[in-house]
Amino acid sequence: MKNNSVKTIVAIGIGAALFFVLGRFVAIPSPVPNTNISTQYGLLAFMCALFGPIAGALIGLIGHALIDFSYGWGIWWSWVVASAVFGILMGLVSRRLHLADGEFGKKDIVTFNLFQLAAHAIAWGIVAPVLDIVMYAEPANKVFLQGAVGGLANIVTTAVIGTLLCVAYAKARPKKGSLKEER
Amino acid sequence: MRNIFNYVDRPSPIHRLTGATKLVCLLLWSFAAMLTYDTRLLAVLPVLSLGMFMLSRIRLKDVSFMLGFTVVFMVLNNVLVFLFAPQHGVSLYGTRHKLFSLGGNYVVTAEQLFYHLNLVLKYLATIPIVLLFVCTTNPSEFAASLNRIGVKYSVACAVALALRYIPDIQREYHDISRAQQARGIEMSRKQSLVKRLRSAGAILIPLILSSMDRIETISNAMSLRGFGKNKKRTWYMGRRFTAADFAAMAFCALLLAASLWLNRVNGGRFWNPFQ
Repeated sequence: MKNNSVKTIVAIGIGAALFFVLGRFVAIPSPVPNTNISTQYGLLAFMCALFGPIAGALIGLIGHALIDFSYGWGIWWSWVVASAVFGILMGLVSRRLHLADGEFGKKDIVTFNLFQLAAHAIAWGIVAPVLDIVMYAEPANKVFLQGAVGGLANIVTTAVIGTLLCVAYAKARPKKGSLKEER
Repeated sequence: MRNIFNYVDRPSPIHRLTGATKLVCLLLWSFAAMLTYDTRLLAVLPVLSLGMFMLSRIRLKDVSFMLGFTVVFMVLNNVLVFLFAPQHGVSLYGTRHKLFSLGGNYVVTAEQLFYHLNLVLKYLATIPIVLLFVCTTNPSEFAASLNRIGVKYSVACAVALALRYIPDIQREYHDISRAQQARGIEMSRKQSLVKRLRSAGAILIPLILSSMDRIETISNAMSLRGFGKNKKRTWYMGRRFTAADFAAMAFCALLLAASLWLNRVNGGRFWNPFQ
């Protein structure tokens, strides 16, 4: 499997590009005015499940930093780091799933969603607000509420879009051992 | 397709600096502005950054679109801080000078206003520099500069790939989205939230599955050309440092040092005029 490292690098590049396009241009209006639902975390969770923690962390880091650059408000480091942390934690699920072999059953759906729940809770419930307080000295109740709202929205989008993507991808892959030798 | 990162090609002293220099300066500058809440330094930084903006010959109308987002973001953040913690300034500075009351807990104090002034100054100190970086750095040179400042070339190449494929993926997204809308998919406010998410899925699935094929093709092409065989790579867009580059980096390092020194002198991140 020598090809794997090159493939991971390309996956990081294309993944970050997808993350950017979804985050920047695919805005689903939410019930709260001026807030859009970020679909990119569903994609990130799927890429993590397929390519592992290192790819996940870098896709989150590069993709989020590029989005911030393109808006020109400077890089909001605390949230960029939280995206990377989500990538690392979510990437741990890749060892338990065999998406590339076309396996994604009911049990895998549960595993995937338990992991994304925990990863989002840590990234937006702890990492992002704590870094906001340490780096920018913002008031605690504001950043924890922002983190909670953002985290909850991300959990819902990941549950819907991430799961859909995994199911669709697994269906499109040839199953492991689906070919038998005729005798 | 319009260039999303807004690179403006125009000869100026800032454009002549290498991408690596501008990246280092951006990092040093933004850390200098981030680490301190000393109003004196925060008041100097916006003046300096506006001066550099003039030097770069970037016009206001080149960046007005990005500036709009930033102003909204800045105002929203300030309003949220006040709504959630109207007494944050009091707890930071330890004194309380009441100005007037808006009812309930919302008493406006001099400390709170001073804290907001610092927040706004922080934005004004960093925004022009970020805009400057985005407008004067050729995206193709960006990956080469990442490698120059010590990021592994495989990661730098991943960034280059991302920048290269963003326009392609954007175009593909629009094609798929139009095709699906023609088949009756609705993503506007008229639909319920779950329906909206599901229809987003109907667009994203073809987009992402075709991107997976793209990953396969590109990585095969790169392996065939021996990518990743050697420890080092040269860059087509890489440039040598000149005296101006070293001067710019030294200046920004000085700013960071000043910021750290002020934090020591003030005995914390805040400069307190109320005591």
